[in-house]
Amino acid sequence: MLWRRIARHGFAIVATVLLGGLLSTALVRLAPGFDVDEAQLDPHLNSASVQALRQTRLEQHNIFRFYLHSLQRAVHGDLGTSLSLGQPVSTLLRERAPLTLRLVGIGLLLSWTMAMAMALTAACLRVAAYDALTTVVSGTFLCIPAAVLALLSVLWNVPGALAIGLIVFPRVYRYARNLLSKAYSLPHIITARAKGLSELRILFWHVVPVVGPQLLAVAGVSVSIAVGAAIPVEALCGLAGVGQLAWQAALARDLPLLTNLTILVTLVTLLANSGADVIGHMLRGQEA
Amino acid sequence: MRLRHQNVWRTMACVVLVLLVSISMAANWLAPAGYAKQYREAAGAAPSHDHWLGTDEIGRDRFARVLYGTRISLLLAPAAALLSTLMAALVGGLAGYLGGGWAKAAMAVTDLFLSLPWLFLLITVRAVMPLNVSPLFSVLVTFLILGLLGWTSAARVLCATAGSLRDSDFVRQARASGIRGVRLFWFHVLPNLKPVLYAQFWISIPAFILSEANLGILGLGVAEPMPSWGSLLKELEGMVSVGEEPWKFVPLILLVVVVTSFQLVLSKPEEASA
Repeated sequence: MLWRRIARHGFAIVATVLLGGLLSTALVRLAPGFDVDEAQLDPHLNSASVQALRQTRLEQHNIFRFYLHSLQRAVHGDLGTSLSLGQPVSTLLRERAPLTLRLVGIGLLLSWTMAMAMALTAACLRVAAYDALTTVVSGTFLCIPAAVLALLSVLWNVPGALAIGLIVFPRVYRYARNLLSKAYSLPHIITARAKGLSELRILFWHVVPVVGPQLLAVAGVSVSIAVGAAIPVEALCGLAGVGQLAWQAALARDLPLLTNLTILVTLVTLLANSGADVIGHMLRGQEA
Repeated sequence: MRLRHQNVWRTMACVVLVLLVSISMAANWLAPAGYAKQYREAAGAAPSHDHWLGTDEIGRDRFARVLYGTRISLLLAPAAALLSTLMAALVGGLAGYLGGGWAKAAMAVTDLFLSLPWLFLLITVRAVMPLNVSPLFSVLVTFLILGLLGWTSAARVLCATAGSLRDSDFVRQARASGIRGVRLFWFHVLPNLKPVLYAQFWISIPAFILSEANLGILGLGVAEPMPSWGSLLKELEGMVSVGEEPWKFVPLILLVVVVTSFQLVLSKPEEASA
Protein backbone atom coordinates (compact mmCIF):
# COMPACT_ATOMS: atom_id res chain seq x y z
CA MET A 1 0.00 0.00 0.00
CA LEU A 2 2.78 2.37 1.00
CA TRP A 3 4.86 1.44 -2.02
CA ARG A 4 1.88 1.98 -4.27
CA ARG A 5 1.44 5.43 -2.76
CA ILE A 6 5.14 6.24 -3.25
CA ALA A 7 4.96 4.98 -6.84
CA ARG A 8 1.88 7.10 -7.49
CA HIS A 9 3.65 10.16 -6.12
CA GLY A 10 6.72 9.36 -8.20
CA PHE A 11 4.63 9.08 -11.33
CA ALA A 12 2.81 12.33 -10.53
CA ILE A 13 6.12 14.13 -9.96
CA VAL A 14 7.64 12.90 -13.23
CA ALA A 15 4.45 13.71 -15.17
CA THR A 16 4.14 17.19 -13.62
CA VAL A 17 7.80 18.01 -14.21
CA LEU A 18 7.61 16.83 -17.83
CA LEU A 19 4.40 18.75 -18.43
CA GLY A 20 5.86 21.79 -16.68
CA GLY A 21 8.94 21.55 -18.85
CA LEU A 22 6.82 21.41 -21.99
CA LEU A 23 4.80 24.43 -20.88
CA SER A 24 7.99 26.33 -20.03
CA THR A 25 9.44 25.47 -23.43
CA ALA A 26 6.26 26.63 -25.14
CA LEU A 27 6.42 29.83 -23.09
CA VAL A 28 10.02 30.45 -24.17
CA ARG A 29 9.28 29.61 -27.77
CA LEU A 30 6.18 31.83 -27.99
CA ALA A 31 7.62 34.75 -26.01
CA PRO A 32 7.81 37.99 -27.98
CA GLY A 33 11.33 38.47 -29.31
CA PHE A 34 12.25 34.77 -29.44
CA ASP A 35 13.17 35.01 -33.12
CA VAL A 36 15.37 38.04 -32.59
CA ASP A 37 19.02 37.39 -31.87
CA GLU A 38 21.20 40.42 -31.25
CA ALA A 39 24.26 38.37 -32.29
CA GLN A 40 22.97 38.47 -35.87
CA LEU A 41 23.50 42.24 -35.87
CA ASP A 42 27.19 41.91 -35.02
CA PRO A 43 29.09 43.59 -37.89
CA HIS A 44 32.10 41.30 -37.31
CA LEU A 45 30.14 38.20 -38.38
CA ASN A 46 30.26 37.11 -42.00
CA SER A 47 27.18 36.02 -43.91
CA ALA A 48 27.91 32.32 -43.31
CA SER A 49 27.96 32.86 -39.54
CA VAL A 50 24.71 34.86 -39.67
CA GLN A 51 23.18 32.10 -41.77
CA ALA A 52 24.32 29.49 -39.22
CA LEU A 53 22.72 31.50 -36.41
CA ARG A 54 19.46 31.73 -38.37
CA GLN A 55 19.58 27.98 -39.00
CA THR A 56 19.96 27.33 -35.26
CA ARG A 57 16.89 29.48 -34.60
CA LEU A 58 14.92 27.70 -37.30
CA GLU A 59 15.64 24.34 -35.67
CA GLN A 60 14.06 25.66 -32.49
CA HIS A 61 10.78 26.59 -34.18
CA ASN A 62 9.07 23.28 -33.52
CA ILE A 63 8.19 23.33 -29.80
CA PHE A 64 8.19 19.54 -29.37
CA ARG A 65 11.49 19.07 -31.18
CA PHE A 66 12.97 21.94 -29.19
CA TYR A 67 11.71 20.36 -25.96
CA LEU A 68 12.96 16.88 -26.81
CA HIS A 69 16.35 18.32 -27.71
CA SER A 70 16.46 20.18 -24.38
CA LEU A 71 15.45 17.00 -22.52
CA GLN A 72 18.15 14.95 -24.24
CA ARG A 73 20.75 17.50 -23.23
CA ALA A 74 19.36 17.71 -19.68
CA VAL A 75 19.67 13.92 -19.29
CA HIS A 76 23.38 14.29 -20.06
CA GLY A 77 23.72 17.05 -17.47
CA ASP A 78 23.72 19.90 -19.97
CA LEU A 79 21.07 22.38 -18.84
CA GLY A 80 22.10 24.94 -21.43
CA THR A 81 23.89 28.25 -21.08
CA SER A 82 22.56 31.37 -19.44
CA LEU A 83 22.03 34.12 -22.04
CA SER A 84 22.61 36.96 -19.60
CA LEU A 85 25.47 35.54 -17.55
CA GLY A 86 27.14 33.48 -20.29
CA GLN A 87 27.77 30.56 -17.95
CA PRO A 88 26.42 26.99 -17.95
CA VAL A 89 23.16 26.79 -16.00
CA SER A 90 24.38 23.69 -14.13
CA THR A 91 27.44 25.57 -12.87
CA LEU A 92 25.30 28.52 -11.76
CA LEU A 93 22.95 26.19 -9.91
CA ARG A 94 25.80 24.31 -8.25
CA GLU A 95 27.33 27.56 -7.03
CA ARG A 96 24.14 29.13 -5.75
CA ALA A 97 22.00 26.26 -4.48
CA PRO A 98 23.83 25.75 -1.14
CA LEU A 99 23.12 29.33 0.01
CA THR A 100 19.44 29.08 -0.89
CA LEU A 101 19.13 25.69 0.81
CA ARG A 102 20.72 27.12 3.96
CA LEU A 103 18.51 30.23 3.92
CA VAL A 104 15.33 28.27 3.28
CA GLY A 105 16.27 25.64 5.87
CA ILE A 106 17.02 28.14 8.64
CA GLY A 107 14.00 30.24 7.63
CA LEU A 108 11.72 27.22 7.89
CA LEU A 109 13.19 26.25 11.24
CA LEU A 110 12.67 29.78 12.60
CA SER A 111 9.15 30.10 11.24
CA TRP A 112 8.04 26.73 12.62
CA THR A 113 9.61 27.44 16.00
CA MET A 114 7.85 30.82 16.24
CA ALA A 115 4.54 29.54 14.90
CA MET A 116 4.39 26.41 17.04
CA ALA A 117 5.49 28.24 20.19
CA MET A 118 2.77 30.85 19.72
CA ALA A 119 0.10 28.40 18.60
CA LEU A 120 0.79 25.98 21.45
CA THR A 121 0.78 28.67 24.13
CA ALA A 122 -2.40 30.16 22.65
CA ALA A 123 -4.11 26.76 22.57
CA CYS A 124 -2.94 25.79 26.08
CA LEU A 125 -3.47 29.10 27.86
CA ARG A 126 -6.82 29.93 26.22
CA VAL A 127 -6.51 33.56 27.34
CA ALA A 128 -8.52 35.78 24.99
CA ALA A 129 -6.07 38.69 25.24
CA TYR A 130 -3.06 36.48 24.38
CA ASP A 131 -4.97 34.85 21.54
CA ALA A 132 -5.87 38.29 20.17
CA LEU A 133 -2.25 39.45 20.50
CA THR A 134 -0.84 36.46 18.60
CA THR A 135 -3.52 36.85 15.92
CA VAL A 136 -2.66 40.54 15.51
CA VAL A 137 1.08 39.81 15.31
CA SER A 138 0.68 37.06 12.72
CA GLY A 139 -2.00 39.05 10.85
CA THR A 140 0.33 42.04 10.58
CA PHE A 141 3.09 39.95 9.05
CA LEU A 142 0.55 38.40 6.71
CA CYS A 143 -0.43 41.85 5.43
CA ILE A 144 3.12 42.98 4.67
CA PRO A 145 4.42 42.03 1.22
CA ALA A 146 7.34 39.59 1.30
CA ALA A 147 9.51 42.07 -0.61
CA VAL A 148 8.88 44.78 2.01
CA LEU A 149 9.92 42.39 4.79
CA ALA A 150 13.08 41.72 2.78
CA LEU A 151 13.71 45.48 2.45
CA LEU A 152 13.12 46.00 6.17
CA SER A 153 15.57 43.20 6.95
CA VAL A 154 18.21 45.11 4.96
CA LEU A 155 17.27 48.32 6.75
CA TRP A 156 17.56 46.76 10.20
CA ASN A 157 20.52 44.58 9.28
CA VAL A 158 18.61 41.39 10.05
CA PRO A 159 19.75 38.08 8.48
CA GLY A 160 17.90 37.04 5.34
CA ALA A 161 16.91 33.71 6.92
CA LEU A 162 14.93 35.58 9.59
CA ALA A 163 13.12 37.51 6.85
CA ILE A 164 12.14 34.19 5.22
CA GLY A 165 11.08 32.96 8.65
CA LEU A 166 8.86 36.00 9.18
CA ILE A 167 7.29 35.55 5.73
CA VAL A 168 6.45 31.87 6.34
CA PHE A 169 5.54 32.18 10.04
CA PRO A 170 2.02 33.74 9.78
CA ARG A 171 0.90 31.14 7.21
CA VAL A 172 2.07 28.27 9.41
CA TYR A 173 0.72 29.89 12.56
CA ARG A 174 -2.81 30.25 11.19
CA TYR A 175 -3.07 26.56 10.34
CA ALA A 176 -1.27 25.38 13.47
CA ARG A 177 -3.43 27.50 15.77
CA ASN A 178 -6.68 26.27 14.22
CA LEU A 179 -5.54 22.64 14.32
CA LEU A 180 -4.32 22.86 17.91
CA SER A 181 -7.42 24.75 19.11
CA LYS A 182 -9.63 22.05 17.62
CA ALA A 183 -7.46 19.28 19.07
CA TYR A 184 -7.52 20.80 22.57
CA SER A 185 -11.33 20.95 22.37
CA LEU A 186 -11.65 17.21 21.72
CA PRO A 187 -13.53 15.35 24.50
CA HIS A 188 -10.72 12.91 25.29
CA ILE A 189 -8.22 15.72 25.69
CA ILE A 190 -10.58 17.69 27.94
CA THR A 191 -11.01 14.52 30.01
CA ALA A 192 -7.24 14.04 30.18
CA ARG A 193 -6.88 17.59 31.45
CA ALA A 194 -9.64 17.10 33.99
CA LYS A 195 -7.88 14.00 35.26
CA GLY A 196 -4.79 16.09 35.93
CA LEU A 197 -2.40 14.78 33.26
CA SER A 198 0.60 17.02 32.71
CA GLU A 199 0.50 19.39 29.75
CA LEU A 200 3.54 17.75 28.18
CA ARG A 201 2.00 14.32 28.37
CA ILE A 202 -1.28 15.61 26.89
CA LEU A 203 0.67 17.27 24.11
CA PHE A 204 2.83 14.32 23.10
CA TRP A 205 0.39 11.47 23.82
CA HIS A 206 -2.91 12.97 22.75
CA VAL A 207 -2.50 16.17 20.72
CA VAL A 208 0.45 15.34 18.45
CA PRO A 209 -1.09 12.10 17.12
CA VAL A 210 -4.24 14.05 16.19
CA VAL A 211 -2.63 17.06 14.53
CA GLY A 212 0.62 15.45 13.33
CA PRO A 213 -0.45 14.30 9.84
CA GLN A 214 -2.17 17.62 9.09
CA LEU A 215 0.83 19.59 10.33
CA LEU A 216 3.02 17.50 8.06
CA ALA A 217 0.90 18.56 5.10
CA VAL A 218 1.36 22.20 6.19
CA ALA A 219 5.11 21.52 6.41
CA GLY A 220 5.12 20.44 2.77
CA VAL A 221 3.29 23.61 1.73
CA SER A 222 5.58 25.77 3.87
CA VAL A 223 8.59 24.58 1.83
CA SER A 224 6.93 25.98 -1.28
CA ILE A 225 6.22 29.29 0.49
CA ALA A 226 9.81 29.51 1.77
CA VAL A 227 11.27 28.84 -1.70
CA GLY A 228 9.02 31.58 -3.10
CA ALA A 229 10.09 33.93 -0.30
CA ALA A 230 13.73 33.33 -1.17
CA ILE A 231 13.31 35.36 -4.39
CA PRO A 232 12.63 38.79 -2.85
CA VAL A 233 14.88 38.13 0.14
CA GLU A 234 17.90 37.13 -1.95
CA ALA A 235 17.22 39.76 -4.62
CA LEU A 236 16.85 42.66 -2.20
CA CYS A 237 19.38 41.54 0.42
CA GLY A 238 22.06 40.97 -2.22
CA LEU A 239 22.44 37.25 -1.43
CA ALA A 240 23.79 35.25 -4.35
CA GLY A 241 21.40 32.31 -4.26
CA VAL A 242 18.99 30.66 -6.67
CA GLY A 243 16.26 33.21 -5.83
CA GLN A 244 18.49 36.08 -6.88
CA LEU A 245 19.41 34.13 -10.01
CA ALA A 246 15.70 33.75 -10.87
CA TRP A 247 15.13 37.47 -10.36
CA GLN A 248 18.14 38.40 -12.51
CA ALA A 249 16.97 35.97 -15.18
CA ALA A 250 13.52 37.55 -15.14
CA LEU A 251 14.93 41.09 -15.44
CA ALA A 252 17.24 40.04 -18.27
CA ARG A 253 14.52 37.87 -19.87
CA ASP A 254 16.97 34.99 -19.72
CA LEU A 255 14.29 32.44 -20.48
CA PRO A 256 16.44 29.28 -20.79
CA LEU A 257 17.80 29.91 -17.30
CA LEU A 258 14.38 30.79 -15.95
CA THR A 259 12.72 27.66 -17.33
CA ASN A 260 15.44 25.46 -15.85
CA LEU A 261 14.95 27.15 -12.50
CA THR A 262 11.19 26.74 -12.80
CA ILE A 263 11.53 23.00 -13.37
CA LEU A 264 14.00 22.69 -10.50
CA VAL A 265 11.74 24.58 -8.09
CA THR A 266 8.72 22.54 -9.21
CA LEU A 267 10.67 19.39 -8.48
CA VAL A 268 11.72 20.60 -5.00
CA THR A 269 8.19 21.65 -3.98
CA LEU A 270 6.64 18.46 -5.37
CA LEU A 271 9.18 16.34 -3.51
CA ALA A 272 8.48 18.25 -0.29
CA ASN A 273 4.71 17.86 -0.62
CA SER A 274 4.90 14.20 -1.62
CA GLY A 275 7.38 13.47 1.18
CA ALA A 276 5.02 15.09 3.70
CA ASP A 277 2.11 13.09 2.32
CA VAL A 278 3.98 9.77 2.46
CA ILE A 279 5.23 10.37 6.01
CA GLY A 280 1.72 11.42 7.06
CA HIS A 281 0.36 8.24 5.52
CA MET A 282 2.94 6.17 7.40
CA LEU A 283 2.03 7.88 10.69
CA ARG A 284 -1.68 7.29 10.12
CA GLY A 285 -0.93 3.67 9.28
CA GLN A 286 1.00 3.21 12.54
CA GLU A 287 -1.82 4.85 14.46
CA ALA A 288 -4.40 2.56 12.89
CA MET B 1 -20.51 39.66 22.85
CA ARG B 2 -17.67 38.29 20.70
CA LEU B 3 -19.90 38.33 17.65
CA ARG B 4 -20.81 41.96 18.31
CA HIS B 5 -17.12 42.84 18.53
CA GLN B 6 -16.52 41.09 15.24
CA ASN B 7 -19.36 43.00 13.64
CA VAL B 8 -17.92 46.30 14.88
CA TRP B 9 -14.50 45.46 13.41
CA ARG B 10 -16.09 44.30 10.20
CA THR B 11 -18.12 47.48 9.87
CA MET B 12 -15.03 49.58 10.56
CA ALA B 13 -13.11 47.65 7.90
CA CYS B 14 -15.90 48.24 5.39
CA VAL B 15 -15.93 51.96 6.20
CA VAL B 16 -12.14 52.16 5.78
CA LEU B 17 -12.30 50.39 2.43
CA VAL B 18 -15.15 52.57 1.12
CA LEU B 19 -13.35 55.68 2.34
CA LEU B 20 -10.07 54.74 0.71
CA VAL B 21 -11.72 53.78 -2.57
CA SER B 22 -13.67 57.08 -2.57
CA ILE B 23 -10.57 59.13 -1.83
CA SER B 24 -8.54 57.37 -4.52
CA MET B 25 -11.38 57.89 -7.02
CA ALA B 26 -11.25 61.58 -6.29
CA ALA B 27 -7.49 61.69 -6.97
CA ASN B 28 -8.05 63.99 -9.97
CA TRP B 29 -9.49 66.64 -7.65
CA LEU B 30 -7.61 65.96 -4.43
CA ALA B 31 -4.09 65.61 -5.81
CA PRO B 32 -2.15 68.87 -6.09
CA ALA B 33 -0.74 67.76 -9.46
CA GLY B 34 -0.58 64.86 -11.86
CA TYR B 35 1.37 61.78 -10.80
CA ALA B 36 4.12 62.50 -13.34
CA LYS B 37 4.49 66.25 -12.82
CA GLN B 38 7.99 67.13 -11.71
CA TYR B 39 8.98 69.95 -9.35
CA ARG B 40 12.62 69.98 -10.36
CA GLU B 41 13.53 72.71 -7.86
CA ALA B 42 12.11 70.62 -5.01
CA ALA B 43 13.45 67.14 -5.75
CA GLY B 44 13.64 64.92 -2.67
CA ALA B 45 11.89 67.55 -0.53
CA ALA B 46 10.53 66.81 2.94
CA PRO B 47 6.79 67.21 3.66
CA SER B 48 5.62 70.81 3.48
CA HIS B 49 2.49 72.86 2.92
CA ASP B 50 2.88 72.44 -0.86
CA HIS B 51 3.84 68.77 -0.82
CA TRP B 52 2.11 66.98 2.06
CA LEU B 53 4.24 63.85 1.75
CA GLY B 54 7.24 65.54 0.20
CA THR B 55 8.57 64.75 -3.26
CA ASP B 56 10.47 61.78 -4.63
CA GLU B 57 14.04 61.93 -5.89
CA ILE B 58 13.00 63.33 -9.27
CA GLY B 59 10.66 65.90 -7.76
CA ARG B 60 7.23 64.32 -8.17
CA ASP B 61 4.64 65.02 -5.49
CA ARG B 62 4.45 61.90 -3.33
CA PHE B 63 0.91 62.58 -2.08
CA ALA B 64 -0.39 62.74 -5.65
CA ARG B 65 1.43 59.54 -6.53
CA VAL B 66 0.05 57.76 -3.46
CA LEU B 67 -3.50 58.81 -4.42
CA TYR B 68 -3.15 57.66 -8.02
CA GLY B 69 -1.24 54.53 -7.01
CA THR B 70 -3.98 53.61 -4.53
CA ARG B 71 -6.54 54.03 -7.29
CA ILE B 72 -4.65 51.74 -9.66
CA SER B 73 -4.11 49.04 -7.05
CA LEU B 74 -7.65 49.23 -5.65
CA LEU B 75 -9.33 49.20 -9.05
CA LEU B 76 -7.25 46.68 -10.90
CA ALA B 77 -6.86 44.10 -8.13
CA PRO B 78 -10.65 43.50 -8.09
CA ALA B 79 -10.61 43.40 -11.90
CA ALA B 80 -7.91 40.72 -11.80
CA ALA B 81 -9.86 38.91 -9.06
CA LEU B 82 -12.95 38.95 -11.25
CA LEU B 83 -11.00 37.49 -14.15
CA SER B 84 -9.47 34.74 -12.01
CA THR B 85 -12.87 33.93 -10.48
CA LEU B 86 -14.46 33.64 -13.91
CA MET B 87 -11.64 31.39 -15.09
CA ALA B 88 -11.98 29.25 -11.97
CA ALA B 89 -15.72 28.96 -12.57
CA LEU B 90 -15.19 28.04 -16.18
CA VAL B 91 -12.36 25.54 -15.71
CA GLY B 92 -13.16 24.14 -12.25
CA GLY B 93 -16.95 24.32 -12.50
CA LEU B 94 -17.12 22.79 -15.97
CA ALA B 95 -14.53 20.12 -15.19
CA GLY B 96 -16.40 19.13 -12.03
CA TYR B 97 -19.72 19.14 -13.86
CA LEU B 98 -18.41 17.04 -16.74
CA GLY B 99 -16.40 14.76 -14.44
CA GLY B 100 -14.28 11.81 -15.59
CA GLY B 101 -11.33 12.55 -17.82
CA TRP B 102 -12.17 16.26 -18.03
CA ALA B 103 -11.95 16.66 -14.27
CA LYS B 104 -8.69 14.69 -14.15
CA ALA B 105 -7.12 16.76 -16.93
CA ALA B 106 -8.22 20.04 -15.34
CA MET B 107 -6.89 18.97 -11.96
CA ALA B 108 -3.58 17.91 -13.51
CA VAL B 109 -3.20 21.43 -14.92
CA THR B 110 -4.12 23.03 -11.58
CA ASP B 111 -1.65 20.70 -9.81
CA LEU B 112 1.05 21.88 -12.17
CA PHE B 113 0.33 25.53 -11.41
CA LEU B 114 0.00 24.91 -7.68
CA SER B 115 3.29 23.02 -7.52
CA LEU B 116 5.16 26.23 -8.28
CA PRO B 117 5.64 28.93 -5.66
CA TRP B 118 3.27 31.78 -6.56
CA LEU B 119 5.96 34.48 -6.84
CA PHE B 120 8.15 32.22 -8.95
CA LEU B 121 5.33 31.57 -11.36
CA LEU B 122 4.55 35.28 -11.55
CA ILE B 123 8.08 36.41 -12.33
CA THR B 124 8.56 33.62 -14.87
CA VAL B 125 5.44 34.54 -16.81
CA ARG B 126 6.08 38.27 -16.39
CA ALA B 127 9.56 37.80 -17.84
CA VAL B 128 8.09 36.27 -20.98
CA MET B 129 6.47 39.62 -21.77
CA PRO B 130 8.74 42.48 -22.81
CA LEU B 131 9.74 44.66 -19.87
CA ASN B 132 10.29 47.96 -21.71
CA VAL B 133 6.65 48.57 -22.56
CA SER B 134 4.42 51.61 -22.16
CA PRO B 135 3.24 52.29 -18.57
CA LEU B 136 -0.40 51.61 -19.42
CA PHE B 137 0.50 48.32 -21.07
CA SER B 138 2.61 47.34 -18.04
CA VAL B 139 -0.39 47.95 -15.75
CA LEU B 140 -2.59 45.78 -17.94
CA VAL B 141 0.04 43.04 -18.28
CA THR B 142 0.72 42.94 -14.53
CA PHE B 143 -2.92 42.60 -13.51
CA LEU B 144 -3.79 40.32 -16.44
CA ILE B 145 -1.04 37.93 -15.37
CA LEU B 146 -2.38 37.99 -11.81
CA GLY B 147 -5.89 37.27 -13.08
CA LEU B 148 -4.83 34.58 -15.52
CA LEU B 149 -2.64 32.71 -13.06
CA GLY B 150 -4.59 33.12 -9.83
CA TRP B 151 -7.53 30.83 -10.58
CA THR B 152 -6.00 27.43 -9.85
CA SER B 153 -6.66 26.94 -6.13
CA ALA B 154 -10.27 28.11 -6.55
CA ALA B 155 -10.71 25.79 -9.53
CA ARG B 156 -9.92 22.81 -7.32
CA VAL B 157 -12.60 23.81 -4.80
CA LEU B 158 -15.10 24.54 -7.57
CA CYS B 159 -14.35 21.25 -9.31
CA ALA B 160 -15.08 19.34 -6.09
CA THR B 161 -18.25 21.37 -5.42
CA ALA B 162 -19.53 20.99 -8.98
CA GLY B 163 -18.72 17.28 -8.84
CA SER B 164 -20.87 16.85 -5.73
CA LEU B 165 -23.66 18.92 -7.33
CA ARG B 166 -23.60 16.71 -10.42
CA ASP B 167 -24.72 13.76 -8.33
CA SER B 168 -27.21 15.72 -6.22
CA ASP B 169 -30.93 14.95 -6.28
CA PHE B 170 -32.07 18.21 -7.84
CA VAL B 171 -29.62 17.95 -10.73
CA ARG B 172 -30.68 14.36 -11.34
CA GLN B 173 -34.29 15.48 -11.27
CA ALA B 174 -33.54 18.28 -13.74
CA ARG B 175 -31.76 15.79 -15.97
CA ALA B 176 -34.71 13.43 -15.77
CA SER B 177 -36.95 16.33 -16.84
CA GLY B 178 -34.95 16.62 -20.03
CA ILE B 179 -32.70 19.56 -19.12
CA ARG B 180 -29.20 18.92 -20.35
CA GLY B 181 -25.91 20.42 -21.39
CA VAL B 182 -25.29 24.14 -21.13
CA ARG B 183 -28.75 24.89 -19.76
CA LEU B 184 -28.34 22.46 -16.89
CA PHE B 185 -24.93 23.89 -16.04
CA TRP B 186 -25.99 27.52 -16.43
CA PHE B 187 -29.32 27.42 -14.59
CA HIS B 188 -28.86 24.67 -12.02
CA VAL B 189 -25.18 24.10 -11.28
CA LEU B 190 -23.65 27.57 -11.62
CA PRO B 191 -26.09 29.36 -9.25
CA ASN B 192 -25.12 26.86 -6.54
CA LEU B 193 -21.44 27.66 -7.05
CA LYS B 194 -22.04 31.35 -6.33
CA PRO B 195 -21.05 31.28 -2.62
CA VAL B 196 -17.68 29.70 -3.50
CA LEU B 197 -17.22 32.18 -6.35
CA TYR B 198 -17.97 35.17 -4.11
CA ALA B 199 -15.54 33.88 -1.47
CA GLN B 200 -12.86 33.32 -4.11
CA PHE B 201 -13.37 36.81 -5.52
CA TRP B 202 -12.96 38.55 -2.15
CA ILE B 203 -10.03 36.38 -1.07
CA SER B 204 -8.19 37.08 -4.32
CA ILE B 205 -8.26 40.88 -3.99
CA PRO B 206 -5.82 41.25 -1.04
CA ALA B 207 -3.68 38.42 -2.45
CA PHE B 208 -3.37 40.25 -5.77
CA ILE B 209 -2.66 43.58 -4.07
CA LEU B 210 0.23 41.94 -2.19
CA SER B 211 1.46 40.18 -5.34
CA GLU B 212 1.47 43.42 -7.32
CA ALA B 213 3.43 45.07 -4.51
CA ASN B 214 6.00 42.26 -4.58
CA LEU B 215 6.35 42.46 -8.36
CA GLY B 216 6.61 46.25 -8.23
CA ILE B 217 9.40 46.20 -5.65
CA LEU B 218 11.30 43.64 -7.72
CA GLY B 219 11.00 45.93 -10.77
CA LEU B 220 8.68 43.59 -12.65
CA GLY B 221 5.40 45.37 -12.03
CA VAL B 222 3.87 48.62 -13.20
CA ALA B 223 6.34 50.70 -15.21
CA GLU B 224 7.32 54.29 -14.47
CA PRO B 225 5.93 56.93 -14.36
CA MET B 226 2.64 55.15 -13.58
CA PRO B 227 2.37 54.76 -9.80
CA SER B 228 1.13 51.70 -7.95
CA TRP B 229 1.73 50.53 -4.41
CA GLY B 230 4.48 48.27 -5.69
CA SER B 231 6.37 51.01 -7.50
CA LEU B 232 5.84 53.41 -4.57
CA LEU B 233 7.23 50.88 -2.11
CA LYS B 234 10.32 50.55 -4.28
CA GLU B 235 11.37 53.88 -2.74
CA LEU B 236 12.10 52.06 0.52
CA GLU B 237 15.00 50.35 -1.23
CA GLY B 238 17.35 53.30 -0.93
CA MET B 239 16.63 54.10 2.72
CA VAL B 240 19.37 54.01 5.32
CA SER B 241 17.21 54.12 8.48
CA VAL B 242 13.51 54.06 9.30
CA GLY B 243 13.61 57.40 11.12
CA GLU B 244 15.29 59.10 8.18
CA GLU B 245 12.19 59.73 6.03
CA PRO B 246 9.21 58.10 7.76
CA TRP B 247 6.72 59.56 5.27
CA LYS B 248 8.02 57.08 2.71
CA PHE B 249 6.17 54.42 4.72
CA VAL B 250 2.74 55.90 3.92
CA PRO B 251 2.11 53.51 0.96
CA LEU B 252 3.09 50.57 3.17
CA ILE B 253 0.72 51.71 5.94
CA LEU B 254 -2.08 52.15 3.41
CA LEU B 255 -1.42 48.70 1.96
CA VAL B 256 -1.41 47.05 5.40
CA VAL B 257 -4.62 48.87 6.34
CA VAL B 258 -6.36 47.79 3.12
CA VAL B 259 -5.23 44.15 3.30
CA THR B 260 -6.14 43.98 7.00
CA SER B 261 -9.54 45.48 6.23
CA PHE B 262 -10.15 42.86 3.55
CA GLN B 263 -9.17 40.13 5.99
CA LEU B 264 -11.51 41.52 8.64
CA VAL B 265 -14.35 41.69 6.13
CA LEU B 266 -13.64 38.11 5.10
CA SER B 267 -13.18 36.79 8.63
CA LYS B 268 -16.87 36.68 9.52
CA PRO B 269 -18.06 33.84 7.29
CA GLU B 270 -15.02 31.84 8.36
CA GLU B 271 -15.86 32.32 12.03
CA ALA B 272 -19.50 31.59 11.41
CA SER B 273 -18.71 28.35 9.64
CA ALA B 274 -16.37 27.33 12.45
